[in-house]
Amino acid sequence: MKEQLEQIKARALQALKEAKESSELEALRVSLLGKKGELTAVLKSMGKLSAEERPVMGQLANSVRASIEERLEQRKKELAAAALEAKLEAEAVDVTIPGEAPVLGHKHPMNIALDEAKEIFIGMGFQILEGPEVELADYNFTKLNTEEGHPARDWSDTFYLKEDSSVLLRTQTSPMQVRAMEAIKEPPIRILAPGRVFRKDEVDATHSPMFHQIEGLVIDKGITMADLKGTLETLVKSLYGEDSVVRFRPHHFPFTEPSCEVDVQCFKCHGAGCPTCKGEGWIELLGAGMVHPKVLEGCGIDPNVYSGFAFGIGLERMAMRRFQISDLRLIFENDVRFLEQF
Amino acid sequence: MNLSRKWLSEFVDIQASDREYDEIMTIAGQKVETTTRLDEALKNVKVGKVLSIVRHENSDHMWVCQIDVGEEAPVQIVTGAQNVHEGDLVPAALHNSWLADGTHITKGKLRGVASNGMLCSIQELGLTKNDCPDACEDGIWILNDEGCTVGQDINEVIGNDDSIVEFEITNNRPDCYSLIGLARETAAAFNVPLKLHEPVVKGGGPGVLPELLDVETPDPDLCLRYTARMVRNVKIGPSPKWMRQRLRAAGIRPINNIVDITNYVMVEYGQPMHAFDYRYVKGGKIIVRRAGQDKTLTTLDGSVRNLTPDMLVIADETRPVGLAGVMGGENSEIVADTADVVFESANFDGTSIRKTALALGMRTEASAKFEKNIDPMLTLPAVNRACELVELLGAGQVLDGVIDVINYVPEPVELPLEPEKINALLGTEIPEADMIEYLRREQIEVKDGRIQVPSWRPDLRRMEIPTTLMRGATTRGGYSESQKLENKAGAAARALGYNEIITYSFVSPTGLDLIRVPAEDPRRNQVKILNPLGEDTSVMRTTALPSMLDILARNYAHHNKSAKLYELAKIYLPVEGEVLPYEPKRLMLGSYGGGDFFTLKGAVEAILAAVNAQKPVFTPEKTDPSFHPGRCAAVTVGGKRIGLLGQIHPLVAKNYDMDCEIYAAELDFTALLTVLAPEKTFKALPRFPATTRDLALVCDEAVTVGQLEDTIARAGGKLLRSVKLFDIYRGVGILPGKKSVAFSLVFRAEDRTLTDADIEPAMDRILKALETEQNAIRR
Repeated sequence: MKEQLEQIKARALQALKEAKESSELEALRVSLLGKKGELTAVLKSMGKLSAEERPVMGQLANSVRASIEERLEQRKKELAAAALEAKLEAEAVDVTIPGEAPVLGHKHPMNIALDEAKEIFIGMGFQILEGPEVELADYNFTKLNTEEGHPARDWSDTFYLKEDSSVLLRTQTSPMQVRAMEAIKEPPIRILAPGRVFRKDEVDATHSPMFHQIEGLVIDKGITMADLKGTLETLVKSLYGEDSVVRFRPHHFPFTEPSCEVDVQCFKCHGAGCPTCKGEGWIELLGAGMVHPKVLEGCGIDPNVYSGFAFGIGLERMAMRRFQISDLRLIFENDVRFLEQF
Repeated sequence: MNLSRKWLSEFVDIQASDREYDEIMTIAGQKVETTTRLDEALKNVKVGKVLSIVRHENSDHMWVCQIDVGEEAPVQIVTGAQNVHEGDLVPAALHNSWLADGTHITKGKLRGVASNGMLCSIQELGLTKNDCPDACEDGIWILNDEGCTVGQDINEVIGNDDSIVEFEITNNRPDCYSLIGLARETAAAFNVPLKLHEPVVKGGGPGVLPELLDVETPDPDLCLRYTARMVRNVKIGPSPKWMRQRLRAAGIRPINNIVDITNYVMVEYGQPMHAFDYRYVKGGKIIVRRAGQDKTLTTLDGSVRNLTPDMLVIADETRPVGLAGVMGGENSEIVADTADVVFESANFDGTSIRKTALALGMRTEASAKFEKNIDPMLTLPAVNRACELVELLGAGQVLDGVIDVINYVPEPVELPLEPEKINALLGTEIPEADMIEYLRREQIEVKDGRIQVPSWRPDLRRMEIPTTLMRGATTRGGYSESQKLENKAGAAARALGYNEIITYSFVSPTGLDLIRVPAEDPRRNQVKILNPLGEDTSVMRTTALPSMLDILARNYAHHNKSAKLYELAKIYLPVEGEVLPYEPKRLMLGSYGGGDFFTLKGAVEAILAAVNAQKPVFTPEKTDPSFHPGRCAAVTVGGKRIGLLGQIHPLVAKNYDMDCEIYAAELDFTALLTVLAPEKTFKALPRFPATTRDLALVCDEAVTVGQLEDTIARAGGKLLRSVKLFDIYRGVGILPGKKSVAFSLVFRAEDRTLTDADIEPAMDRILKALETEQNAIRR
């Protein structure tokens, strides 16, 4: 019987080893371990053995059964793994075939640049404001210390909607300074007002009768020119990198005193002069200054208590520089081949 | 303002290179735009002496010259000019030289004879007869009397050894539109002395000035000051070389000694001057008045100018002889036989001059200076300087005395110097003594703590220095609610494949015709620009649809196969009784080359959901002339109609030269902000399963899916959670004029699993309602 058992074991293990399909395994299992299986038959005949032999043979039979079962399970797993591998192999795709991306739309490059600027100022606690584009001459000029007779007020430079020159298309976002001060009344004021502005310029590669500016205004007690410099340096470094070199240069605007223009050292030539900076070594970014006391006073804010600074950035120029766009007309042409580049 | 570094050196001694000069002046507040070397163009052209000149052996008009250019051996040059003689000094362009117009000269052979360069005329050196009145017009320029030496670079001979610095002058600094002004700035920036010169006039010319000339200023508001002197027995001729060269460097064409003097003084002092021929000043009287009845004046340039009554003219007793501050009249021009000259040095109202120049389209050097409101104190030194130059040039005899009509005297202005306030505003700690020193360098005195503002600094005359106290709190930054929603709508539109566009706010009034807006439509009430650039940009838009269609049409014309575009566009609606229009925003969608009505509708639904608007209702809109009558819907949100969407009417498409289906939506984004759904909050996930029932109906064609949905939703009760269309069928089995519409209905309860007994009553109600309300029966 012992021999018989060992024979069964040897044959079974060999057969299991050779089995290629899970169905073969099942057939083997039935033929060995099933109710009518070989091993089962041997076990059934155990009753004929003597009382001494029975436990010994029983133990042997059980160990044969256990090793066959173990081997069966193992083989099952092996075959399943092989089957899965074969299936995956068959399912392989050519990963170099182009993906099927949903078509996403694109933000206009100018608004990309605007949003970048907004985020920087929001981070500094500025509130984003909007205001009317059809504006009173009073707000666009008079309250900004630009009196009657100033060349900017000419009909050749500004679009007017009323014969008496009292209503116009705003030529700058600066009237938002006045509107912010009148609306908020009690400083602190810290606003950013981007928007459309209009000037009577014929369309060419660098001019458009409609363009965009970003106006900034900060009013509080104890605001100094140092705050202005710090704020605008933060802007420039956020836009153009920590290592950018900023230059503040005296300038003149009617509604700020003192006024300045802010340049960044040309990032291409680092000041040596190249076509990007037109040989100047510097690129003009924006105009700024300390709010003129007359403007504060005109808006009902006591210049003996409060001071502040204001700045204005030309958005088109910023976007054109950001994306190296060569011609302003592209911005307003809105050709999809242009829009989809950004 | 263009500045000659050489001329500047008469007033300040600085050793800075062009680059250093640019940087220091720019940081000091006078921004340098560009600096141009005058000797950039001409290269390797030298003064040569003609050692010998012989006929060319193969030509009857050419000459072979041996030229000494200061090198070891003479240079052989062949010339075709006939005015060159042995011993003459001539400009010789050597091998590998460049002429003023960029011509490159190299050695070569002329009819077999080697020529190692070229002899030059004044034109080839970039000069004109005005610059060199003695030069031969069509021959080689003979330099014998030019005081030059053999081998000298020609640039030195013609004054090209100079740099021209172009400044951007801000309009609060009219004083810097002059050499002296910029010299003052230079002296301050470099902290070097400023060498100013007080003009000295000998005078003594024949006659008594008041007997010969009388000046009246009946319009003192426009003529602030009028200063004049007279010169007699004038000898008109070219001015000397140094003066011509300086004028040329300043970009001014030399004319004759008298005219050149007026221009020279204008550059130096920034004071425009004019010279009249005295014999044409009728009655010896100059009247500075408004044009009034006089209708025309022929100016120096020969143009007949139409005058308006308010323009300021210089007149004699009978007629205008000049357009004040803009240009002189042809009738009193300085000519070759002019004997007696009146120098005018006046100060006119800037605004008046600017308006006149603008109206006549003739902005001149003089008018550009006057419109900046120059210093009225300048007229006297300027006229004296002109007379001094007349004497220096020996151009005539200056009469004693000055006529000086002063209608406006600027008040002396003093400002307190408040160092603490200045430091507080600037955030600096500049000591008072330093401030006084900085002002001194600008030639501004401080007396007893008060700044004595000079007459040439109108910017300081207006300045007030504010005060500051202490630091305050910060505001909370960020976007307003409407800006946040705009950002969300834009992000949703892009996610749906729409590209953002930016279009003009002003449009052509014909856009409304192109989109077939009826005559009485309120959108016809547009804000008009009174001085537009052109008809195309002459009205403020009341709808953004033409803007969108313009851009779609442009893309179509550019052969772009498809376009999907969006814009958040402001429109401008006049409001009765208000000065300023209402400026709401429209959300525009537009596309061609793909998709249909339902693609657009889906996009609108998605964007409305993205901004959390209440559930939109779409109703057929058959009458809007811009849209296809069968493919247009009005969108209503929260009971408010917010716009239209659909296919653009083929006639409108044709108006835009587009032969394809265009889809567009125009939604009132501003109104949308008032019909938002309540803010979303978490709702517990369902704990019990839902049960789905499909329902196929047969109804008349005229019944809309929307109507069926409404009926089902209303009759379904609270267990009905959703109604979803899944099929519409026409054809076999369905009678003509009818259609089959199939919905999937989902029922669910919060507290139990539903059974048939729960759902059957609801289905019964739904079927009954469909039959009675929509005449729709279960298929």
